[in-house]
Amino acid sequence: MHVTSDDTLNIRASTDVVLVRQQVRTRAAELGFSLVDQTKVVTAASELARNTLEHGKGGHCRLQLIQEPASGRRGLRLIFEDQGPGIPDLKLALTDGYTTGGGLGLGLSGAKRLMNEFDLTSAVGQGTRVTVTKWK
Amino acid sequence: MDRIPILRMGRFLLVTIQVDMHDRLALALQDDLTQMITDTEAKGVLIDISSLDMVDSFIGRMLANIAQMSRILDAQTVVVGMRPAVAITLVELGMSLTGVRTALNVERGMDLLRSMLAADVRAAMLDDQGSDSSEDAADARDVG
Repeated sequence: MHVTSDDTLNIRASTDVVLVRQQVRTRAAELGFSLVDQTKVVTAASELARNTLEHGKGGHCRLQLIQEPASGRRGLRLIFEDQGPGIPDLKLALTDGYTTGGGLGLGLSGAKRLMNEFDLTSAVGQGTRVTVTKWK
Repeated sequence: MDRIPILRMGRFLLVTIQVDMHDRLALALQDDLTQMITDTEAKGVLIDISSLDMVDSFIGRMLANIAQMSRILDAQTVVVGMRPAVAITLVELGMSLTGVRTALNVERGMDLLRSMLAADVRAAMLDDQGSDSSEDAADARDVG
Protein backbone atom coordinates (compact mmCIF):
# COMPACT_ATOMS: atom_id res chain seq x y z
CA MET A 1 0.00 0.00 0.00
CA HIS A 2 1.45 3.33 -1.02
CA VAL A 3 0.91 6.16 1.40
CA THR A 4 1.25 9.33 -0.62
CA SER A 5 0.42 11.71 2.21
CA ASP A 6 0.34 11.37 5.97
CA ASP A 7 -0.70 14.08 8.41
CA THR A 8 -1.34 13.85 12.12
CA LEU A 9 -3.90 15.97 13.92
CA ASN A 10 -4.10 16.14 17.70
CA ILE A 11 -7.51 15.74 19.30
CA ARG A 12 -7.46 17.42 22.69
CA ALA A 13 -10.51 19.68 22.69
CA SER A 14 -13.89 19.91 21.02
CA THR A 15 -12.52 22.55 18.66
CA ASP A 16 -10.03 19.93 17.40
CA VAL A 17 -12.97 17.82 16.24
CA VAL A 18 -13.92 20.74 13.98
CA LEU A 19 -10.36 20.93 12.66
CA VAL A 20 -10.40 17.22 11.85
CA ARG A 21 -13.65 17.68 9.91
CA GLN A 22 -12.18 20.54 7.92
CA GLN A 23 -8.95 18.73 7.10
CA VAL A 24 -10.80 15.57 6.10
CA ARG A 25 -13.14 17.65 3.89
CA THR A 26 -10.14 19.26 2.18
CA ARG A 27 -8.44 15.91 1.55
CA ALA A 28 -11.62 14.26 0.33
CA ALA A 29 -12.25 17.11 -2.09
CA GLU A 30 -8.64 16.89 -3.32
CA LEU A 31 -9.09 13.22 -4.05
CA GLY A 32 -12.13 14.05 -6.12
CA PHE A 33 -14.77 12.30 -4.01
CA SER A 34 -18.38 13.06 -4.90
CA LEU A 35 -20.18 15.50 -2.64
CA VAL A 36 -22.14 12.69 -1.01
CA ASP A 37 -19.00 10.64 -0.37
CA GLN A 38 -17.21 13.70 1.00
CA THR A 39 -20.07 14.26 3.41
CA LYS A 40 -20.03 10.63 4.50
CA VAL A 41 -16.30 10.66 5.16
CA VAL A 42 -16.45 13.94 7.09
CA THR A 43 -19.39 12.72 9.15
CA ALA A 44 -17.63 9.44 9.99
CA ALA A 45 -14.51 11.39 10.92
CA SER A 46 -16.54 13.66 13.18
CA GLU A 47 -18.06 10.69 15.03
CA LEU A 48 -14.69 8.98 15.49
CA ALA A 49 -12.86 12.15 16.48
CA ARG A 50 -15.50 12.81 19.10
CA ASN A 51 -15.09 9.25 20.42
CA THR A 52 -11.34 9.80 20.66
CA LEU A 53 -11.96 12.93 22.70
CA GLU A 54 -14.85 11.84 24.89
CA HIS A 55 -14.06 8.17 25.46
CA GLY A 56 -10.37 8.03 24.67
CA LYS A 57 -9.67 11.17 26.72
CA GLY A 58 -7.81 12.67 23.81
CA GLY A 59 -5.59 11.26 21.11
CA HIS A 60 -4.85 11.92 17.48
CA CYS A 61 -6.02 11.30 13.93
CA ARG A 62 -3.76 10.32 11.04
CA LEU A 63 -5.02 11.34 7.63
CA GLN A 64 -3.49 9.29 4.84
CA LEU A 65 -3.92 9.44 1.09
CA ILE A 66 -3.31 5.87 -0.02
CA GLN A 67 -2.99 4.03 -3.29
CA GLU A 68 -3.32 0.32 -3.91
CA PRO A 69 -0.37 -0.79 -6.08
CA ALA A 70 -2.24 -3.58 -7.90
CA SER A 71 -5.39 -1.74 -8.92
CA GLY A 72 -4.13 1.81 -8.71
CA ARG A 73 -7.24 2.84 -6.84
CA ARG A 74 -6.82 5.71 -4.41
CA GLY A 75 -8.41 6.27 -1.08
CA LEU A 76 -8.51 8.23 2.12
CA ARG A 77 -7.55 6.37 5.27
CA LEU A 78 -8.14 7.76 8.74
CA ILE A 79 -6.58 6.28 11.85
CA PHE A 80 -7.96 7.43 15.20
CA GLU A 81 -5.80 6.47 18.14
CA ASP A 82 -5.96 7.07 21.86
CA GLN A 83 -4.39 5.77 25.04
CA GLY A 84 -7.67 5.81 26.89
CA PRO A 85 -9.43 3.12 28.91
CA GLY A 86 -10.10 0.84 25.93
CA ILE A 87 -13.30 -0.96 24.98
CA PRO A 88 -14.20 -4.04 27.05
CA ASP A 89 -16.75 -5.54 24.65
CA LEU A 90 -16.13 -4.74 20.98
CA LYS A 91 -19.26 -6.44 19.70
CA LEU A 92 -21.44 -4.51 22.11
CA ALA A 93 -19.70 -1.26 21.22
CA LEU A 94 -20.56 -1.81 17.58
CA THR A 95 -24.26 -2.25 18.27
CA ASP A 96 -26.55 0.55 17.11
CA GLY A 97 -27.82 2.48 20.07
CA TYR A 98 -25.28 1.21 22.59
CA THR A 99 -23.66 4.14 24.35
CA THR A 100 -21.53 4.62 27.41
CA GLY A 101 -21.44 8.37 27.02
CA GLY A 102 -25.08 9.37 26.97
CA GLY A 103 -25.02 9.73 23.20
CA LEU A 104 -27.02 8.05 20.50
CA GLY A 105 -24.70 5.08 20.19
CA LEU A 106 -24.31 5.54 16.44
CA GLY A 107 -20.70 6.70 16.24
CA LEU A 108 -18.86 3.42 15.72
CA SER A 109 -21.59 1.54 13.90
CA GLY A 110 -22.46 4.60 11.84
CA ALA A 111 -18.85 5.23 10.84
CA LYS A 112 -18.61 1.60 9.78
CA ARG A 113 -21.64 2.02 7.51
CA LEU A 114 -20.40 5.27 6.02
CA MET A 115 -16.94 4.02 5.09
CA ASN A 116 -15.75 1.14 2.88
CA GLU A 117 -13.37 -0.43 5.37
CA PHE A 118 -13.48 -0.39 9.14
CA ASP A 119 -11.14 -1.86 11.71
CA LEU A 120 -11.46 -1.57 15.48
CA THR A 121 -8.64 -2.60 17.76
CA SER A 122 -9.05 -2.07 21.46
CA ALA A 123 -8.61 -3.69 24.85
CA VAL A 124 -9.16 -2.56 28.39
CA GLY A 125 -6.12 -0.62 29.57
CA GLN A 126 -4.58 -0.62 26.10
CA GLY A 127 -6.24 2.24 24.33
CA THR A 128 -8.20 2.19 21.10
CA ARG A 129 -7.43 2.43 17.40
CA VAL A 130 -10.08 2.82 14.73
CA THR A 131 -8.98 2.66 11.10
CA VAL A 132 -11.43 3.57 8.34
CA THR A 133 -10.94 3.82 4.60
CA LYS A 134 -13.03 5.29 1.80
CA TRP A 135 -12.04 4.35 -1.73
CA LYS A 136 -12.47 6.70 -4.62
CA MET B 1 -17.02 31.43 23.58
CA ASP B 2 -19.04 32.95 20.74
CA ARG B 3 -22.68 32.02 20.75
CA ILE B 4 -24.96 31.50 17.79
CA PRO B 5 -27.33 34.47 17.50
CA ILE B 6 -31.09 33.95 17.79
CA LEU B 7 -33.34 36.43 16.03
CA ARG B 8 -36.86 37.19 17.09
CA MET B 9 -39.55 37.64 14.45
CA GLY B 10 -42.87 38.27 16.13
CA ARG B 11 -43.93 35.03 17.77
CA PHE B 12 -41.11 33.09 16.12
CA LEU B 13 -37.42 32.63 16.75
CA LEU B 14 -35.02 32.25 13.88
CA VAL B 15 -31.61 30.62 14.11
CA THR B 16 -29.21 30.44 11.20
CA ILE B 17 -26.30 28.12 11.83
CA GLN B 18 -23.43 29.32 9.68
CA VAL B 19 -20.41 28.00 11.48
CA ASP B 20 -18.91 24.58 11.86
CA MET B 21 -20.14 23.98 15.40
CA HIS B 22 -18.07 22.29 18.06
CA ASP B 23 -20.02 20.37 20.65
CA ARG B 24 -19.99 23.06 23.35
CA LEU B 25 -21.35 25.62 20.92
CA ALA B 26 -24.18 23.26 20.00
CA LEU B 27 -25.04 22.71 23.65
CA ALA B 28 -24.97 26.47 24.27
CA LEU B 29 -27.43 26.95 21.39
CA GLN B 30 -29.75 24.35 22.89
CA ASP B 31 -29.70 26.17 26.23
CA ASP B 32 -30.01 29.65 24.73
CA LEU B 33 -32.99 28.65 22.58
CA THR B 34 -34.82 27.01 25.46
CA GLN B 35 -34.29 30.11 27.57
CA MET B 36 -35.41 32.44 24.82
CA ILE B 37 -38.57 30.44 24.05
CA THR B 38 -39.52 30.87 27.69
CA ASP B 39 -38.50 34.53 27.90
CA THR B 40 -40.31 35.59 24.71
CA GLU B 41 -43.19 33.06 24.89
CA ALA B 42 -42.32 32.16 21.32
CA LYS B 43 -44.68 29.82 19.51
CA GLY B 44 -42.29 28.68 16.82
CA VAL B 45 -38.61 28.07 16.18
CA LEU B 46 -37.07 27.98 12.74
CA ILE B 47 -33.58 26.54 12.41
CA ASP B 48 -31.81 27.20 9.13
CA ILE B 49 -29.11 24.59 8.48
CA SER B 50 -28.58 25.41 4.80
CA SER B 51 -24.96 26.38 5.52
CA LEU B 52 -24.14 23.08 7.21
CA ASP B 53 -22.23 20.70 4.98
CA MET B 54 -22.36 18.03 7.64
CA VAL B 55 -24.73 16.93 10.39
CA ASP B 56 -23.38 14.20 12.66
CA SER B 57 -25.17 12.31 15.44
CA PHE B 58 -24.37 15.00 18.02
CA ILE B 59 -25.83 17.83 15.96
CA GLY B 60 -28.72 15.60 14.90
CA ARG B 61 -29.47 14.93 18.53
CA MET B 62 -29.26 18.65 19.29
CA LEU B 63 -31.94 19.29 16.65
CA ALA B 64 -34.15 16.52 18.03
CA ASN B 65 -33.66 17.85 21.58
CA ILE B 66 -34.59 21.38 20.54
CA ALA B 67 -37.74 20.07 18.82
CA GLN B 68 -38.69 18.11 21.93
CA MET B 69 -37.94 20.88 24.42
CA SER B 70 -39.81 23.51 22.43
CA ARG B 71 -42.85 21.21 22.22
CA ILE B 72 -42.81 20.94 26.00
CA LEU B 73 -42.71 24.74 26.07
CA ASP B 74 -45.70 24.92 23.70
CA ALA B 75 -43.74 25.90 20.59
CA GLN B 76 -43.15 24.15 17.26
CA THR B 77 -39.79 23.67 15.57
CA VAL B 78 -39.04 23.45 11.87
CA VAL B 79 -35.59 22.72 10.45
CA VAL B 80 -34.99 24.12 6.98
CA GLY B 81 -32.39 23.89 4.26
CA MET B 82 -30.98 20.44 4.88
CA ARG B 83 -28.61 19.65 2.01
CA PRO B 84 -29.31 16.43 0.07
CA ALA B 85 -25.84 14.99 0.82
CA VAL B 86 -26.48 15.62 4.52
CA ALA B 87 -29.88 13.92 4.37
CA ILE B 88 -28.44 10.88 2.60
CA THR B 89 -25.62 10.62 5.13
CA LEU B 90 -27.95 10.97 8.13
CA VAL B 91 -30.03 8.04 6.92
CA GLU B 92 -26.97 5.87 6.40
CA LEU B 93 -25.60 6.94 9.75
CA GLY B 94 -28.80 5.55 11.25
CA MET B 95 -30.47 8.75 12.42
CA SER B 96 -34.16 9.12 11.71
CA LEU B 97 -34.67 12.53 13.31
CA THR B 98 -38.23 11.59 14.26
CA GLY B 99 -40.08 14.50 15.78
CA VAL B 100 -38.20 17.05 13.68
CA ARG B 101 -40.34 18.76 11.07
CA THR B 102 -38.47 19.96 8.02
CA ALA B 103 -39.06 22.33 5.12
CA LEU B 104 -37.11 23.21 2.03
CA ASN B 105 -36.28 26.82 2.88
CA VAL B 106 -36.99 29.64 5.32
CA GLU B 107 -40.09 30.84 3.45
CA ARG B 108 -41.72 27.42 3.38
CA GLY B 109 -40.60 26.84 6.95
CA MET B 110 -42.38 29.98 8.11
CA ASP B 111 -45.53 28.92 6.21
CA LEU B 112 -45.35 25.54 7.92
CA LEU B 113 -44.91 27.12 11.35
CA ARG B 114 -47.89 29.41 10.77
CA SER B 115 -50.13 26.56 9.65
CA MET B 116 -49.01 24.39 12.59
CA LEU B 117 -49.83 27.29 14.89
CA ALA B 118 -53.25 27.82 13.31
CA ALA B 119 -53.99 24.09 13.63
CA ASP B 120 -53.07 24.27 17.32
CA VAL B 121 -55.42 27.19 17.85
CA ARG B 122 -58.25 25.38 16.04
CA ALA B 123 -57.67 22.23 18.09
CA ALA B 124 -57.68 24.22 21.32
CA MET B 125 -60.89 25.97 20.37
CA LEU B 126 -62.54 22.69 19.40
CA ASP B 127 -61.55 21.24 22.75
CA ASP B 128 -63.05 24.24 24.50
CA GLN B 129 -66.28 24.18 22.54
CA GLY B 130 -66.98 20.46 22.85
CA SER B 131 -69.53 19.03 20.37
CA ASP B 132 -71.14 22.11 18.77
CA SER B 133 -68.06 23.61 17.19
CA SER B 134 -68.26 23.77 13.40
CA GLU B 135 -68.82 27.53 13.16
CA ASP B 136 -66.04 28.29 15.57
CA ALA B 137 -63.69 26.08 13.61
CA ALA B 138 -64.45 28.12 10.51
CA ASP B 139 -63.68 31.32 12.40
CA ALA B 140 -60.45 29.86 13.72
CA ARG B 141 -59.15 29.42 10.16
CA ASP B 142 -58.77 33.19 9.97
CA VAL B 143 -56.46 33.23 12.97
CA GLY B 144 -52.70 33.24 12.36
